[in-house]
Amino acid sequence: MSVGAFNHRGVLAVYRFEMHRFRRTLWTGLAVPVITTSLYFVVFGAAIGSRMTEIDGIAYGSFIVPGLMMLSLFTESIFNASFGIHMPRFTGTIYELLSAPMSAFETVLGYVGAAATKATIVALVILATANLFVDVQIAHPFLMLAYLLLVAATFCLFGFIIGIWAKGFEQLQVIPLLVVTPLTFLGGAFYSIDMLAEPWRTITLFNPVVYLINGFRWTFFGTADVPVGYALAATFAFFLLCLAVIAWIFRTGYRLKA
Amino acid sequence: MDSVLSIRGLSKTYKSGTVALKPVDLEIRRGEIFALLGPNGAGKTTLISIVCGLVNPSGGTVTIDGHDIVRDYRAARTKIGLVPQELHTDAFEPVWSTVSFSRGLFGRPGDDAYIEKVLRDLSLWDKRRTIMKELSGGMKRRVMIAKALAHEPEILFLDEPTAGVDVELRRDMWNLVRQLRERGVTIILTTHYIEEAEEMADRVGVINKGELILVEEKDALMRKLGKKELTLQLAEPLAAVPPELADWNLTLNGDGTELHYVFDPKGERTGIPSLLTAMRDSGIQFKDLNTHQSSLEEIFVSLVSDRRLGEARS
Repeated sequence: MSVGAFNHRGVLAVYRFEMHRFRRTLWTGLAVPVITTSLYFVVFGAAIGSRMTEIDGIAYGSFIVPGLMMLSLFTESIFNASFGIHMPRFTGTIYELLSAPMSAFETVLGYVGAAATKATIVALVILATANLFVDVQIAHPFLMLAYLLLVAATFCLFGFIIGIWAKGFEQLQVIPLLVVTPLTFLGGAFYSIDMLAEPWRTITLFNPVVYLINGFRWTFFGTADVPVGYALAATFAFFLLCLAVIAWIFRTGYRLKA
Repeated sequence: MDSVLSIRGLSKTYKSGTVALKPVDLEIRRGEIFALLGPNGAGKTTLISIVCGLVNPSGGTVTIDGHDIVRDYRAARTKIGLVPQELHTDAFEPVWSTVSFSRGLFGRPGDDAYIEKVLRDLSLWDKRRTIMKELSGGMKRRVMIAKALAHEPEILFLDEPTAGVDVELRRDMWNLVRQLRERGVTIILTTHYIEEAEEMADRVGVINKGELILVEEKDALMRKLGKKELTLQLAEPLAAVPPELADWNLTLNGDGTELHYVFDPKGERTGIPSLLTAMRDSGIQFKDLNTHQSSLEEIFVSLVSDRRLGEARS
């Protein structure tokens, strides 16, 4: 029997395996974003928001929702995807994946697909939680969902790369904690970059996360600090860069094959 | 000869500079049990790992049933099942899920009846809902075999299947391998337990320092190299082997009390009756006699040490 041109059963096996792993920790997995979001609303929304009523005509509580969703989407995507591929490398069970009739594309589709699914679910749970605190209007709901999926896929690819690159569990945390979280906080997740004084405003424009958050914010409010086209292009460029790195990993067997 | 696996000029040099395989050629016949024998670090696992896609070769080609393992990896890999040496398992997965996962990964449609049969054959059925980390080492190894069989492979690789395994499991494993062979599955096992090769293999390959020293039918190997030795304990010590017994190439031990005669047990004429007649005619009496047959282990040790001697000389 031949597998054919596309091993869809293999992709499904990996996808289900990963989703099953998430289900084992379902309650903590969902309780964390709910509690975190609530905390953000208590601190930023009530304490600070009462002094900062509106940004660009949007209530501050609503303004931070897209940023909150992006922050969690980044960390969830990177964590789930990097852990998903790092674990079999760590335990040695990767032997089976390497010996299976799976192409690089199918392998990535299984792992990244599952990680992106979970990250998207978490982001939507945050949206639902936020809706309990503030009234969230979404100008372009379908574009919002599409953008959410694109960013989830991109950061899951990035996480996959980290999972292959990392030599241990500590290294899995390095990039998210030292790079992604600071860039997100400084990238206008909780404020408009127009509120910054020069030269900080210009410097901030070199932070790629600014474009990701603003693109997403545009799908909610129809306004953003930077042009939406730039935001989409930046997201897409990062997506392609990650794909290229992964293609190189599989072609050379970097940290996968001796 | 119907070859199911064909290895040509396969070599591997690791980044560290270690030469794990010098160019190796090997043909595996369909349906046979082939034992790859060699000391630790000889290149057994490297060879298997290349064939199964875990290690990139430095040179050479491997085809499985005519499918190149690089160009046509899907068709090639679908036919192979691998049981690695180490126990690599997903700690929190139940036995049933982890075995079904393997089947899906190899592109096979679900077949609960088949998975059940595999689990029953391996005495795992009662454990099907147990998660991996709660199983004993022996049970984990059984699961590893079940995973390798889950997609109904035509070729099964067993890398040191009985290393650190108790007697019962070893016996079960040997039975399973024989059953699989009856179903037409080709089995390639690596081992450094000679008795395993002697017990099960149709053919034996000896590998040492990345070089395949010999590949031979096990029986032929035993015949060719499996010498038998007759020891005669003499009633009276001798100073030297008497000239009338020169035809038999006898050796005398240090104090002259034992005569040793090495012969081919499978040969048409062992030379024993004529030797005994000649001894009687010469008036040499013996108190006792015994014979000893060399095992595959002795053959193996002598092969490997001959090589070492040869290298030391050159």
